[in-house]
Amino acid sequence: MSEEFEPKIIAFCCNWCSYAGADLAGVSRLQYPPNIRIIRVMCSGMVHPNLVIEALTKGIDGVIMCGCHPGDCHYIEGNLKAESRAEAIELMLEDFGLEEERFRLEWISASEGPQFAQVMKEMVDTIKELGPSPY
Amino acid sequence: MIELTINGNTSEYEEGSSLFECIQSAGIQIPTLCYHKALSPYGACRLCLVEVQPEGRNPSIQASCSYPASDGLVVQTDSERVKRARRIVAELLLARCPDSEVIQRIAHEHGVEEPRIKKKNDDCIYCGLCERICHERMGRVAVGFSGRGPRKTIEPPFGKHNAMCWSCGACNFVCPVGRKVSDLTSANALIPLPNTYNMGLDQKPAIHIMYPQAVPNTPAIDKDSCVHLNYEGCKICQEMCEADAIDYDQTEETVELAVGAIILSPGFELFDPTAEEKLGYGVYPNVITSLEFERILSASGPFSGKVLRPFDLTTPKRIAFLQCVGSRDHERDYCSAVCCMYATKEAIIAKEHVGEDLDCDIFFMDMRAFSKGFDEYYQRAKDSGVNYIRCRIPVIEEITDTKNLLITYLTENDRKVSSEYDLVVLSVGMLPPKSASDLAEKLGIDLNEFNFCRTSLFRPVTSNREGIFVSGPFTEPKDIPETVMQASGAAANVLSLLKDARGSLIAPKEYPAELNVEGQEPRIGVFICHCGTNIAGVVNVPEVVEYTRTLPDVVFVDNNLYTCSNDTQELIKEKIKEHNLNRVVVASCTPRTHEPLFRSTIREAGLNPYLFEMANIRDQCSWVHMHQPERATEKSKDLVRMAVAKAKLLEPLQTRSIPVNKSALVIGGGLSGMTSAIEIAEQGFEVHLVEKEQELGGNLRRIQYMLNGEKPQDELKELAEKVKSADKINLYTGAQIESIEGSVGNFKTKLSNNGESKEVEHGVVIVATGAKEYIPQEYLYGQDERVLTQIELEQRLIQNGDWTSTAAKDNPKTVVMIQCVGSRDDERPYCSRICCTESVKNALKIKEKSPDTRVYILYRDVRTYGFREKYYSEAREKDIVFIRYDEESKPKVSANGEELVVEVLDQTLGISIELAADLLILSAGIVPSEGNEAIAQFLKVPLDSNGFFLEAHMKLRPIDFATDGVFLCGLAHFSKAVEESIIQAQAASSRAATILSKDSIELEATISEVIDANCDGCAYCIEPCPYNALTLIEYMRNGVVKKTVQANESACKGCGCCQATCPKQGIIIRGFKLDQITAQVNAALGAA
Repeated sequence: MSEEFEPKIIAFCCNWCSYAGADLAGVSRLQYPPNIRIIRVMCSGMVHPNLVIEALTKGIDGVIMCGCHPGDCHYIEGNLKAESRAEAIELMLEDFGLEEERFRLEWISASEGPQFAQVMKEMVDTIKELGPSPY
Repeated sequence: MIELTINGNTSEYEEGSSLFECIQSAGIQIPTLCYHKALSPYGACRLCLVEVQPEGRNPSIQASCSYPASDGLVVQTDSERVKRARRIVAELLLARCPDSEVIQRIAHEHGVEEPRIKKKNDDCIYCGLCERICHERMGRVAVGFSGRGPRKTIEPPFGKHNAMCWSCGACNFVCPVGRKVSDLTSANALIPLPNTYNMGLDQKPAIHIMYPQAVPNTPAIDKDSCVHLNYEGCKICQEMCEADAIDYDQTEETVELAVGAIILSPGFELFDPTAEEKLGYGVYPNVITSLEFERILSASGPFSGKVLRPFDLTTPKRIAFLQCVGSRDHERDYCSAVCCMYATKEAIIAKEHVGEDLDCDIFFMDMRAFSKGFDEYYQRAKDSGVNYIRCRIPVIEEITDTKNLLITYLTENDRKVSSEYDLVVLSVGMLPPKSASDLAEKLGIDLNEFNFCRTSLFRPVTSNREGIFVSGPFTEPKDIPETVMQASGAAANVLSLLKDARGSLIAPKEYPAELNVEGQEPRIGVFICHCGTNIAGVVNVPEVVEYTRTLPDVVFVDNNLYTCSNDTQELIKEKIKEHNLNRVVVASCTPRTHEPLFRSTIREAGLNPYLFEMANIRDQCSWVHMHQPERATEKSKDLVRMAVAKAKLLEPLQTRSIPVNKSALVIGGGLSGMTSAIEIAEQGFEVHLVEKEQELGGNLRRIQYMLNGEKPQDELKELAEKVKSADKINLYTGAQIESIEGSVGNFKTKLSNNGESKEVEHGVVIVATGAKEYIPQEYLYGQDERVLTQIELEQRLIQNGDWTSTAAKDNPKTVVMIQCVGSRDDERPYCSRICCTESVKNALKIKEKSPDTRVYILYRDVRTYGFREKYYSEAREKDIVFIRYDEESKPKVSANGEELVVEVLDQTLGISIELAADLLILSAGIVPSEGNEAIAQFLKVPLDSNGFFLEAHMKLRPIDFATDGVFLCGLAHFSKAVEESIIQAQAASSRAATILSKDSIELEATISEVIDANCDGCAYCIEPCPYNALTLIEYMRNGVVKKTVQANESACKGCGCCQATCPKQGIIIRGFKLDQITAQVNAALGAA
């Protein structure tokens, strides 16, 4: 059997909600595939679209951006800024010949350990199905 | 120490260890089912086989757990021979227990999918763990082996249930294949420890952390169920804890504290519905309480957020919520104030979780959506399909075979209806805390008739005993924001009382002078944590250490059993000095809990605290990849590499501090503004109180009496006197605010005071601009002099003579009141909160003055929340008639010659009623002040869609704005009662004191910085900034106008929305710069 494709995925997690959700998944020992590399940012609204595109065009197979649920943002509405940027990112993906599934935006709260694990599993499955990044 | 060679590596190991333990400490994982650290080795499962070669002899296959390690042994853990032997063992185990998931997984890992030998369908692998734990740790022999060879079996003595068994459940806990051994030994059910946090819907072990977000987040032992504390056995947790943190000798201590004030916040007790037999709670398994349902809905709840009914763990299709369980009854003539909204919330969330098809029916009497945003939320719930059924108290019966529930109720017009539900949620009310009587007796405080703490309307956070303050539902059932406000209000009272002792118990920490690392090449030290076995049990730490040594700029790497321990902090400081480290990386747990500790440590060694980075290889690696040690090790290397890559680019950051002007501006001289000003002055700070009218008092000037007999005008007089006589209060009446500039700590405000211009400087702002009564445009108001608002009626009722309409001289025969005038309509979709109570108050006053006058109150929902309910009951007892009308068919008013006729469609009777009114009283709602918009613009704070000020967080920060140093209270926030305004005003003063009590404010270091060279003044970043911290400026550079952006450091919170918007890297967030994050991305790809 040939070696299974193991994608490398970057998750930008905001400090206040989704990074805490990722920690809670750990505290609860919820298992998910080890393909995710979390980068802590203070707010999902901090993630520059260029970062996402650059990562994907340098060979990262998928990027997921996680923030607080709408209304829960530590910075009032940084997450909504992230949401509108996500739309721009999706358009850019098309220009770069990347499948839209390679990028995903998710709201995960500090108490949603199970959701974090679930979303990461789904993301890995999606990217495995897509195969390696064309870059 | 002895020397062993394991897989070619020779190292020293502890003498007296087993081979298995040596292999583990070398970071090599080998499978086992029968090994348990706390028990003697048994060598039963044979999975831990390794190849052992003593000096001068041939290698042989041995079970490593029962093989003593001796000097000079050569060991192979993954040779072909070992793998073959383990594969055969796995195959035999699979043949014995083919249904065990654990065995299936192990077999799969060894390449066995189907055994070649006949399957036995056994449920035991004869590892003896149950026997060993029972005998060795519990000191019992309630279970053991009997029979030999093929007849060998696990049995209790004589094959019978026996008294030896304590039902501790340890045998079940250790059984690797998940067998319920305790069924053999005892008929007693195990005594599971109900998880109180999840309302007993699941269990927890005798040693546990209360709940995931508990503070402190450390486990505690339940002394009633711990085997050791009760029978002296076990002690396994002590042995397993490598940090040596378990202490069975801890006992309760009595601590004596000398304090100047006490705040009582004992909370509330939930009503126990087993008392109401007809509800079937505790009898019918699918009748649960609202708090149980809340836990079921929670992601951290018993079913991980899946909506399941507890009886059969199926997803319900129809849920009924029963309101007012334990509230508004004969025994408890008060409203619990929160149940209407939590039921609405739970229904909405349940529908979100299960899907649109879920039916949620809420059975209620009055929908009390009286707080800010609540009526809009109620409307949203209706729009999203939550069904509200107004009815008398329904009857619940269980349908025996399905355990579903049949609810039979009378509709408003007396029709009998039955509906079937899968789940019934009881919206249980709030009771006073159980400790109330005891507290009252010990502390000498008064309780009211319902056993809540007695307070007065004008002193709502004070008990009857001086120095004892109260907050939360202990004084009255209330919601989260009201609780938060009252807690801050209690704090304000304490701050005033103890102002001389402020800060006297604080000792500031001293740090050495900071080393200058500017221009130095990065010299990174990396400390990698084992966290006992939390990390090292999965991740091969030595391998990560070796790898880290190869990374550029890393000059020192160490691994520690616990990097967070005190001695490691000393070690880190030592190594910083020894190796001239100028950056430090710790690979351990999460920066959310441990970054402050490590930053403080490197600061103690003279490094700037921001030259620190963490790699989270525990919470986000070893704990979530427990079965994939190799890939977890690879991921750890990546995470360390990413942290090192960022560390290289870290710069020392300075927290700038700004001096605080220790005075406050209070805008508005009504009840809230005056209360705030007095409290701030009593805390010892200067206040500038600005009132636009010539006189103090605002709306309070028109409140003549209270339901409980307190005298508002006397209180007003006293307040105004206090304001005028206080040295620290500068009062400006007839004053307007012209402009407000600056930010937290340093504001400058221009006033025009009776035509005179004045400038004041202050550190904080309190917005207490109030609100006013709606001027009705409907129901002949302003056209017929017999039509009045409640406030107008109140003025008349206080005059001793003529309170009737001007035309008639006798007391009116009939007074009709119409509720919700200017509230809860399309234009103003909110409930004005106080009008129901106001009309009950005035109706009772009319009855007092003229018992024969008939009073009709036309209402939509009676919202007499909390203790106001008893006055509603009193009103009904005094024959005040309540007639419900619907929004769609509002009452019609006409002046028919002499008569004023009110026509209303009575929703209860279903018929139209005509009332001839001598007086028509309109319960006009509360509308925001016109001046709000200007103030909002000056302060750059938001208004909500109705024109009230919008707080930072509806639940948790009801007094704050997102903008630091600006606070909110009174009707400017939302309509509220007198006592609620006082509470919020006091709360605002204690929030203000958090700033005024400091000489300077330390600003966050990781905030935005404009890179002028890159910024071309495009201003894209300005709009996304949630704090309005950015302004576009122009200045002359080399003779030309240069546009650039300026960041207000005291307003910026460092969210980075600007950085992500800038196309040219013209604005960055210190500590999270684009190139720093990019370095992490590149490192994730493998770049060192």
